[in-house]
Amino acid sequence: MKSNSNNSNIEKQKYKEFAQQREPKRPVLKNCIKAFIVGGSICAFGQIIQYFYINYFGYTEKNAGDPTAATLIIISIILTGLGVYDDIAQWAGAGTAVPITGFANTISSAAIEHRSEGYVLGVGGNMFKVAGPVIVFGTVSAFAVAIVKMLINYLGGM
Amino acid sequence: MEKIIWAFIVGGTICVIGQIMMDVFRLTPAHTMSTLVVVGAILGGLGLYEPLVKFAGAGATVPICSFGNSLLKGALQELSEHGAIGVLIGIFKLTSAGISSAIIFGFIASLIFKPKG
Repeated sequence: MKSNSNNSNIEKQKYKEFAQQREPKRPVLKNCIKAFIVGGSICAFGQIIQYFYINYFGYTEKNAGDPTAATLIIISIILTGLGVYDDIAQWAGAGTAVPITGFANTISSAAIEHRSEGYVLGVGGNMFKVAGPVIVFGTVSAFAVAIVKMLINYLGGM
Repeated sequence: MEKIIWAFIVGGTICVIGQIMMDVFRLTPAHTMSTLVVVGAILGGLGLYEPLVKFAGAGATVPICSFGNSLLKGALQELSEHGAIGVLIGIFKLTSAGISSAIIFGFIASLIFKPKG
């Protein structure tokens, strides 16, 4: 039994090495520059929207983040629907995946893609395929950190 | 104006970190985003995220790690008002705008748009 699992482990490792050799080398530096430019632009655009909300809609520096996020999400979903966002994402990599627009893109593209499977199981069931883990781990980790902070306060520290 | 430039630089840098996680450490986008959210929550807990938001504005609030920070911030706000149960009440308080708009408009998009290819 033991030698068997060892064997398959070796085979797995061999396959991994083989796959790694065959995989095209990723132009890391080039990708990083692209991600920097596109990601930075999205954030700068977000800042402009934020100023817009502060100056014309009476939001303050503190709470202008929420309408800004919602606006970026709407824009991103429209672009996803038109097929433009995925074209940009192909080029920009993490530059479009890391901002909140990428989060909206994963939700809307999954929703659109699985529409043919029906609205309940297709759209409803697949919407959070990528975004789900983000929400789950975000919530669990925020909960853990909040509890740790509570305990520290309770014990009178910090 | 100055803040727009800082938003560009800080936001761009966070995206580069994400790109390195995807290219060098071979993480999938879902793993990358989840990791960044957890990092955001931890940085928030250490009190390091708010100064970054003050400094870079949207450069810190637009990347997905601010999602982790906002979850924590909402939880802590209610914690101080309602005690332990407040963590559960408040955790989605600040992120509600993002999550609900993504769900609602994502659903509407699936009604309007047809899948490509």
